[in-house]
Amino acid sequence: MHILVCGGTGCRASQSEQIIQNLNTELQNTNLESDVKVVTTGCFGFCEKGPVIKVVPDNTFYTEVRPSDAADIVNEHVVKGRPVKRLLYKNPKNDYHVTSTSNIDFYKKQIRIALRNCGFVDPESIDEYIARDGYEALGKCIGELSPEAVIATVKDSGLRGRGGGGFPTGLKWEITRNVENEQKYVVCNADEGDPGAFMDRSILEGDPHSVIEAMAICGYCIGADTGLVYIRAEYPLAINRLKIALAQAREYGLLGEDILGTGFNFEIEIRYGAGAFVCGEETALIHSMEGHRGEPTFKPPFPSVSGYMGKPTNVNNVETFANIPVIINKGAAWFSKIGTEKSKGTKVFALAGKVNNVGLIEVPMGITLREVIFDIGGGIREGKKFKSVQTGGPSGGCLTDKDLDTPIDYDNLIAAGSMMGSGGMIVMDEDDCMVSISKFYLEFTLDESCGKCTPCRIGNKRLHEILDKITKGEGTEEDLERLYMLSNVIKDTSLCGLGQTSPNPVLSTLKNFHDEYKAHVTEGTCPAGQCKDLLKYEIIPDLCTGCTVCYRNCPVGAISGERKLPHYIDQSLCIKCGVCYDKCKFKAIRIA
Amino acid sequence: MNQNIMSKKVKSLADLKKIKADVQQKMKLREQGEHADKMAQIKVAMATCGIASGAKEVMEFIIDELDYRGVDAIVTQTGCMGYCYAEPTIEVILPEQEPVIYGFVTKDKAREIIEEHVIKGEMVDGVIPITFKTIDEEN
Repeated sequence: MHILVCGGTGCRASQSEQIIQNLNTELQNTNLESDVKVVTTGCFGFCEKGPVIKVVPDNTFYTEVRPSDAADIVNEHVVKGRPVKRLLYKNPKNDYHVTSTSNIDFYKKQIRIALRNCGFVDPESIDEYIARDGYEALGKCIGELSPEAVIATVKDSGLRGRGGGGFPTGLKWEITRNVENEQKYVVCNADEGDPGAFMDRSILEGDPHSVIEAMAICGYCIGADTGLVYIRAEYPLAINRLKIALAQAREYGLLGEDILGTGFNFEIEIRYGAGAFVCGEETALIHSMEGHRGEPTFKPPFPSVSGYMGKPTNVNNVETFANIPVIINKGAAWFSKIGTEKSKGTKVFALAGKVNNVGLIEVPMGITLREVIFDIGGGIREGKKFKSVQTGGPSGGCLTDKDLDTPIDYDNLIAAGSMMGSGGMIVMDEDDCMVSISKFYLEFTLDESCGKCTPCRIGNKRLHEILDKITKGEGTEEDLERLYMLSNVIKDTSLCGLGQTSPNPVLSTLKNFHDEYKAHVTEGTCPAGQCKDLLKYEIIPDLCTGCTVCYRNCPVGAISGERKLPHYIDQSLCIKCGVCYDKCKFKAIRIA
Repeated sequence: MNQNIMSKKVKSLADLKKIKADVQQKMKLREQGEHADKMAQIKVAMATCGIASGAKEVMEFIIDELDYRGVDAIVTQTGCMGYCYAEPTIEVILPEQEPVIYGFVTKDKAREIIEEHVIKGEMVDGVIPITFKTIDEEN
């Protein structure tokens, strides 16, 4: 029997290491340590319910396990064979316990290619990776296939860059290959910057060898002997596992000189980033690696021609690389069967926001947003109404219920006014104010703009000021016009992707939620009840029983009234915290 | 992998496949979990009564015997099935078939069950009629 315990950052933060320790102690106490193996794995994806544990071979899935539960798991499940019911996952739709992962809606519609080993192997064991076909693709490529043949396979698979741009990966490799130079580089972009996105981190934490293998394959194809992983320093666990994996690969001779006796040499180094969003852009990333300021420069020349140290450089993102070994092993035809006409394979999304099942998911391209949000995500929390879904992070846009049945792929999302991005997906319900949301994203780009281009540096600042004015109820209809105009100017006149896409959240919400903006500027109200300055809490005298609950809970003493008589809120004192609204049992408080 | 004990270097694709085969054996349990519903399952009752009657040894024997014969089956333990008079008891579930429970399973009996029931699909003596229904976890 194996007990797989998630050792991803999320689950570790909720004490999964302690759980592992306790499990081992309990197993020793019951003399079962030789029969049962506790394995630390990468992310299972179901971070919302972490720490998660899977017991195999019976496939029992435990969620929200605490260190103190280790005793029950060993004594009940391992010794007596009875699943510990209180730790089983409960289906939010009907409250039934679900024992096995195959019955959990969250996993049913997923196809895990890039995440194939996450939550299955011990990321610190190269042997386990090898047992899952690891390094076989590399062996096949360098031993049996020509670089051209490998590139042809990648091209035929239809794989496109998973970092957001969606550039065909095989084509990129071919272009870099065709540039003549003695020294070339393979770069892995692990600078995952979107707020709330953690696909790349999870892959590096859960299956670092897949990235190493793919980088070596890429090196073989383009004619490079050096790979560089650009990773942000704030991913300590991912860095640690990557370092362990690199050391193991070197020890096995799968990195270094004369790999597998083929004469092919490849080495990988790590470069740390300080965590700037703009460094996800490839030219900025390369400058940062060279020790220069992380600012984008004009393309062309593309990195494929002149990149790191002026040499031809192929930059791919972590998730893109993680797909490569599978494509080589299973063939381009297998891969291209999954997905839509122009977007093949799967995409990993970090599903977050107001859905029941928050976590990391990998779905085939072409799945609809409805399936992702309502089937995998388990619907909106507390039975509230779906309002919008934001994809593509700060560069993407907000989609509405009319887009729910759009099949997700690169082109459809762009057509709908958003983008694939690196895979952040944040779901919003009726309580979210879209003006505030776009303000939030703008705050992010404002912080992250490198300042090189004036429209991005100053334009976004002005955009933010206008949005701030609107949320305070001081906006005018002309402000909406200004937002629109300024957004388009920023888009048209910025150098890199950051500036070109930074107004997207504003533009898409302006288009899809125009009424909400209108309500803010003409009526001075916030329909979602989020903009504090526009709210007014009032007591409805007919419904108030004078129970004094609101009076006792108001933190600023703004409520007054006699017991058993209707109370009253003094608007000049009210700080609009909403406590009275939440506490009132008689629905006697309304938001005006 | 033997020649690599001194240096762990993998020298060829064949070397790599050797390591793979080696480790795969150790990870079989996990692979099985992925497609449990398509494989034969043997559950060994391992409550106090079962263990006292030697269920643990029988279970180990079953695991070894299946390995030895190269039969892909999932062996798990379960709680008391209620037939304490007939311990050790085991339950055999072939894919898409009703579960069958055997009582008084010694090592010899276990070998017979594996040979006849698990491999050939023919029941052997010692079946205990199932006197209860289990409700599916989800209902």
